[in-house]
Formats: sequence, C-alpha cells, structure tokens
Amino acid sequence: MRAPDSESKTRVGDVLLAVEDVSLAFGGVKAISGVSFDIRQGEIRAIIGPNGAGKTSMLNVINGFYHPQQGRITFKGATRAKMRPYEAAAGGIARTFQNVALFRGMSALDNIMAGRTLKMNRSLIWQLLRFGPAMREEVEHRRFVEEIIDFLKIQEIRRTPVGRLPYGLQKRVELGRALAMEPELLLLDEPMAGMNLEEKEDMSRFILDVNDYYGTTIALIEHDMGVVMDLSDRVVVLDHGIKIADGTPAEVMKDQAVIDAYLGVSH
Amino acid sequence: MASTVAARADTFPKLLARNARDFAARPAMRHKDLGIWQTWTWAQTEEIVRAYAVGLSQLGLKRGETIAIIGSNRPKLYWSILAAQTLGAVPVPVYADAVADELAYVLKHADVRFAAVEDQEQVDKIQSVQDRLPRLEWMFYDEPRGLRDYDHSRLRSMEDVIGDGRKALATDAKLGAWLDDEIATTKGADPSIILYTSGTTGQSKGVVLSGERSIAAATDTVNFDHLDENDVALAYLPLAWVGDHYLNFAQGLVAGFCMACPENADTAMADLREIGPTFYFAPPRTLEALLTRVMIRMEDAGALKRRIFHYFIGVARQYGERILNGEKVPLTGRILYGIGSLLVYGPLKNVLGFSRVRVAYTAGEAIGPDLFAFYRSIGLNLKQLYGQTEAFLYVTAQPDGAIYSDTVGPACPNVDIKIADSGEVLFRSPGMFTGYFRDDAKTAEVMTPDGYVKTGDAGFFDDKTGQLKIIDRAKDVGKLNDGTLFAPKYIENKLKFFPNIREAVAYGDGRDFVTVMLNIDLTAVGSWAERNNVAYASYQELAGHPLVYDMLEKNVAEVNRSLAADKMMAGAQIRRFLVLHKELDADDGELTRTQKVRRGFVAERYAPLINALYDGSTEADISTEVTFEDGRKGTISARVRIRDMKLEPVPRVRKAAA
Repeated sequence: MRAPDSESKTRVGDVLLAVEDVSLAFGGVKAISGVSFDIRQGEIRAIIGPNGAGKTSMLNVINGFYHPQQGRITFKGATRAKMRPYEAAAGGIARTFQNVALFRGMSALDNIMAGRTLKMNRSLIWQLLRFGPAMREEVEHRRFVEEIIDFLKIQEIRRTPVGRLPYGLQKRVELGRALAMEPELLLLDEPMAGMNLEEKEDMSRFILDVNDYYGTTIALIEHDMGVVMDLSDRVVVLDHGIKIADGTPAEVMKDQAVIDAYLGVSH
Repeated sequence: MASTVAARADTFPKLLARNARDFAARPAMRHKDLGIWQTWTWAQTEEIVRAYAVGLSQLGLKRGETIAIIGSNRPKLYWSILAAQTLGAVPVPVYADAVADELAYVLKHADVRFAAVEDQEQVDKIQSVQDRLPRLEWMFYDEPRGLRDYDHSRLRSMEDVIGDGRKALATDAKLGAWLDDEIATTKGADPSIILYTSGTTGQSKGVVLSGERSIAAATDTVNFDHLDENDVALAYLPLAWVGDHYLNFAQGLVAGFCMACPENADTAMADLREIGPTFYFAPPRTLEALLTRVMIRMEDAGALKRRIFHYFIGVARQYGERILNGEKVPLTGRILYGIGSLLVYGPLKNVLGFSRVRVAYTAGEAIGPDLFAFYRSIGLNLKQLYGQTEAFLYVTAQPDGAIYSDTVGPACPNVDIKIADSGEVLFRSPGMFTGYFRDDAKTAEVMTPDGYVKTGDAGFFDDKTGQLKIIDRAKDVGKLNDGTLFAPKYIENKLKFFPNIREAVAYGDGRDFVTVMLNIDLTAVGSWAERNNVAYASYQELAGHPLVYDMLEKNVAEVNRSLAADKMMAGAQIRRFLVLHKELDADDGELTRTQKVRRGFVAERYAPLINALYDGSTEADISTEVTFEDGRKGTISARVRIRDMKLEPVPRVRKAAA
C-alpha cells in the first residue's frame, strides 16, 4: 500500500545548489580542483571518496566556512562569491559535523533549541526577561523542537546532558539541532561514522524520513558504501580533489575509475 | 462507598457514565504528548468515548462483534476499548510486540473485523498477514506518522472516526438516546473483553471475562486497598495483559482514579517520577532492573556518597521492615532510620518515582527475598499477590502488616481456594472467567466439576503464616533419578537473584543431577567488564569470557551452599552449568510475551547443549536461528563451554547467605 517507488522519485525537482568549477587550496596543498556538480531539490545526494579526497572541504565550501579561490556557487538561483557560515545558515543550509559538535553540558532539548536561534525574533533582552511576547515565542519554538524530538524518538533523553549519551544518540541529537533550523539543504558529514549496524540502520531510516516527511534536500558524506547505495539518489565521487564520477549509485558502482580509486582494484 | 454504587453498574460503559456524573471534573486520563502532560476529565472521556462509539457503529461495528486493540498504553486505545464496549462489542487486546504470526493467529481466532492500532508499525504488521485475515475490514490508527501515503480505503485515523461520531451526535438528536439504549442493553453477564493468555504452555487461549464479574472483582480489591478517586496509577504495563486491564483500567473505572499513560516505553521511568503514582505494580523483573541500575550508579558515585548510601542501606535492612510493619524498634534504630530517610531513602524513592506510592504490588514470578526486603526496608509498601488471567488477576493478596517474601498472601475477599491432592492450587473467585473463547474443550479441561478453576501451579498453605506458597508450575515439579525433589523454578529464582544473571533454566527431572543454562545480564556484567578492563565486542563474546565464567561460578557455588542448607533440596545442587551465547528472547519463542521461560521449547532448541551438560563434555557447538525485531531471520553459531561445580557437603552447618 506504500506509494510505489517511481512516484517518490518525482519529488526531485530543479537544481537547488550548483557548484561550478570550484577550486580550493591551502597554501600549496590543493584540496579541491575544478569540481562541478549540482544538488537538486528534494534529492539525497552523496559525496564519497577515499580519505583526503576533499569531501569535508567541499561541504565547508558549500556552507561558507571555506572560501574557494576559484569557481561559483549558486544556491536558490543566487550566485555568490563569498558567504559567511551564518549567512548560509540564515539562507537555509544546516549541517552536522564529522566529530559531534554539541554543547556537551546542555540537555538534548537545549541543544536542539539552540538550533532555533536564527528563528527567534525577539531581542536578547526580551529573551532574558522570558515574559510576554518572548515567552509566547519560546513556547512556539519549543513546540517545534518537541515535534523533532518526537520525530527522532529521543523523548527519553530530552533532559539528559548530551555528554552522557552514547555516540549514536549524540549524532541523532545533532541531526535534531540541524532540523530545528528548518533547512532547505541539510549537509551531513559522515552521519554514520563509528556507529554499529543497528545505529546505522536507525540513522538511515531517519535520513530517509527527514527527506520524505520534511522534504529536505540532503547532501551527505559517507564511507559505508552499503549505506550510500541504499540512501542516495545520486552520487558524486571525489579523489584527490578531482571529481572522477557522478551519477546514480548503480552507475558509479560500475565506473572503473571509481573502482580503482575508491573501492580498490577488484580481484 | 464505591462498592454500593459499582454494584449497580455492571458494565464498564455504565461505570464511565457514573464517573462522568460523580467525578465529572476530576482527571480520568493523562498522557504525555510533545513533552507536556495532557489531561482528560471523566466528563471529557465520556464525551470522546460516546463520539467514538457512534463513529465505530457508522463504520459497521455491531453488538457481539470483536475488535482488536494493538499498541502501547495510549489514551485512544483505552478509549477504543470503552467505545467498543459501549456498543456491546468485545475488545480483544493484543500484545504490541507480538510478531506477525502470533498476531495473525489471535486476530483470526478472535474473528475480528476491526482493529484499533497504535501506529505504522502495527499497520505494516497486519498488512503483512492480511491474506490470512479475510474478515478484517477496517483498521484505525492513533499515530499518523508514516501512514500519509497509505491507501486509506480500509484505513482511518481514530481522530477522524471520533470526529465523524461527534458530528453525527450533534446533528442527529436521536443518536444520543440510541447510544444510551445500547449501553443499557448490555448485560453484566455479556462478554466484556477477551484477553489472550501469554501462552506459557503452547498456543495462547482467549479468556472471556464478563462485565459484572470484572467489576465485582475490581470492587473487592479497591476496597481491600482503600483506593479512591484521588489515586493515580501509571499505565506502563502491556495493555493486553490482564494486569494492566485489571489494575489500571478496571480499578480506575471502579474507584474513579486517574490513569496516566507514559510518553513511550523508554520514558516510563522518567514519567513515573513526574506523575508520582499512589498505586504501583511492577513485576519482580522490573524491580530488579531498577535496583541493579541504582547499584551500578552508586558504584560511580563519589566515595563519601557511596559510604553514606551503604551505611544507611544497612540501617534500613536492620530496622526498615520492622518499622513498616509497625513492630517495636529501639529508639536509636528509629533515629538512625529517620536520618537515613532524610539522606538516602527519601531521595532514592523520589528518583525512582515512589515518593507517593501507598500500595505497591509485585507478582508473576517469585521475588528474591533480599530484593523484596530492600524495597520494603526503604519504606515502599510492597506486597505480593498471586493470580492469573482466568481469575481476572487476583486470587490471593497480602494485606498490610502481613508481608512475607516467600508467600503470596491469603485468599482475596470472596475468593475460595482449595489445594488438590496433586498439590495443584484450585480457586473460585468473583472475577473468574466465563470460558475460553471458542474452545469448550479447553474450558472443560481447567474447570473442576464443582466449579473451581485449576491454576496449574503447585502450592500449599504455609503453617506459620497461613498464607499461600507457590513452589512451581505443577507440571514442572519433578524428581532426580535418586528421588530428590527437583523444583526448577526454585533453583532458577535463587540464581536470578544475582544481578549478573538475567535468566536461568534448570534441568534435572529424570536425570542424575541438576544442570543449568545461564543468561548474563548485559547491563550488570557489561559495567563489571568496563570496570575490570575486560574487552568484548559482542554479547556472545562477553558471555563466553573465562572471567565471566569465573564470576558466575562463584554465584552458582553460593546457590549450592544455600541449597545444601535446605534439607529437601540439598540433593538438587547444581553439578554443571554453561552460559548461553544469546539472550533468551520472546521473538524466538524462548520466552513468553510476559518474559517467562518456555522450558520445554528451550530444551528442544538447545538439545545439543543439554546433551553436552550430561555426557561430560567440556564444550559444545550450537547453532540457532534468531528472529530480528523486523521479522527477518538469521543464524547465530557458537561454541559454548561447560563448567563443573564442586558440590557442598550435606548435611552441613547452616550459613546465612550474604
């Protein structure tokens, strides 16, 4: 009774973000050279590649943390030269990190609430007073956050300081915080690194659900090929900062350059 | 007072109407949703249930038909039960964690045309077996998440059903009167609910309970424990289990108290603390897990806190129970206990959510004497009861002031108990069932000609206390080849009392000696491994670790010591043991849904291991099929080591078990 697969593919729409001929170097080290690809509305796009291929650099370029020396990035039709991370955030790009970057002493709830910061309109003074309109606003945001908590099924850790949580749950809280920004584009940097099989399956389910339920476009970096093949609509493969393949998981799997560079020479 | 009024209302919908009148503005139901406790009063509950009933009747639910209720403890599922009963239909709750096969069996056997389910998971499960359920017409769900894209031609949200009913009630003035008529038409002797037994022995059976008997039984115990509309209970036990239906649903309706539903199964502990129930039930397993957790967390506490904790727990052990029982205690004891309450017991009870508990019960399995004493010593009025689904729970219960860890209490008010010559306990009670659904042969099997029900449990009345003592399932009590009495559960319970041992299965009937298979408790042993730098990658590896074996050997030796001290059981000491490579699991059919071991099935499944236990080999290979939560199957293989035990000399000086 579930909607057939072909129907769910129609959700993929126009180009949301286009990367054109982007190059990034740190001194003499070329992290990315001349990479172009696009991310379409509503798709799950994977970026894969061996260690040091420039995947994380690519994400950092997309959300404005690094500024490429060359190339253009077009997000929602606006081409930009330079952007600060908070501008990217305000523009609808959220991300999670390769190493969990949460406020360890704060509860899961407060961490996710932090993701709403950009949506809060009242001034700091109002919020400190927690009175009248500020209170109403906080209640509204809290409701949204509670829906995320319900969505990610982390009710039981709502009040637990995240530092005490196992790794898999911390990752889930981090995803929650990114979702709290109601992003149009969600960047996930190795969302499943260091997880066991069950945690990976849970996380995969949540990524698919986020994409389906919130309609969020997702770009993810992942090492686990099984996960990439199952989750993503299209895959771009980087190696030593150069794009070596781009296509559906099945196409990429067959590509000889990918097999040689990433999966190793088959035997 | 409750008794006189309740006597007139002989069905639950009639009780609901009474409560909506008498306790209109008092809370009937609470549920934590999106982090906030939502409350419905009795008046609101009645309005919702009536609208729901009309909605269901519009979709075709009729008197005498059955409707399956599947899911965790949620208000809408309880309302589904009441709405069905309002129409004179019979709700059939099913365990939420039942795998598709079990679900199909119950739904088919109960002949349901409707199913009220919690969420997508249950919808998927039913749809996977739909071809076996041609009679199933409608499914109603509570939680819409993930169901948006499903074909809704035979699927509706409960919210919509209630909404439609509400609209119909508003537009058609005659509907209300018609509904009142339907409620009045239902007789107390009509079936009120069908509860499927957990199936400790083979396929589960549908126990039919009538409204008047259910209410009569609940009225007796409400009076026995002085429950009233000011009480609060947390409904966290499986909805399909007789215990939840009795303790929370039936008693709640009779006494008019509030039933609180936790946010989800994992938050029950935190919710318990927030709600602060006054009436509490927990199986020994849960109490044990709680204590284990407290002890583990205390190990991580600072040295000062740890010393204070252990000192005052010692004080509580010495005086706590005597104070609770109202016995004479020296003044210094009282003062020390008072300080302990302030520093340890009070905060501890608060953390556990027991601060307001007036009456707490435990049942289902024998409880370790130390475990039982622990909770009583910190001031929790924990008592034991004995019962079963066929009795609508209560057969015996301990009255305040006469509490013993190894007995289950005298017969409840109006309950009649007989011990058969075989040692089997027989009872006749106000709440007893009317029969098994569509199974007269089985009904006849468990009823004696003079109207008693056979419990299948062996027991006797204790001379000292006059209370009933249950030793084991009647059919499980056996003998070793040398004629020594072998009560497996007695041995298993002694083993399970150790925090390291989660489950134990003892064999010995018709054999030369006793052997056991153990399951480690991953929380306790895992924490021990962490503290002792024992590295492991999986449950299997930890379970087979030589150091774990060494630790468990000490536990088994201790059990042997305590067995040796008992004249009757001294010959039944454990000669050999092994640690299973996987946890016994209800999904694999090794445990019942209420987490009791299916001994026979386990023996069959692990036959190579049992053979090895008796043929003297030191290790054995085993390969078993396992079912994952999503229903997929896989295989686990392992080589399991066997340890020999030294037996304690018999007879010997009695030594107190530490």
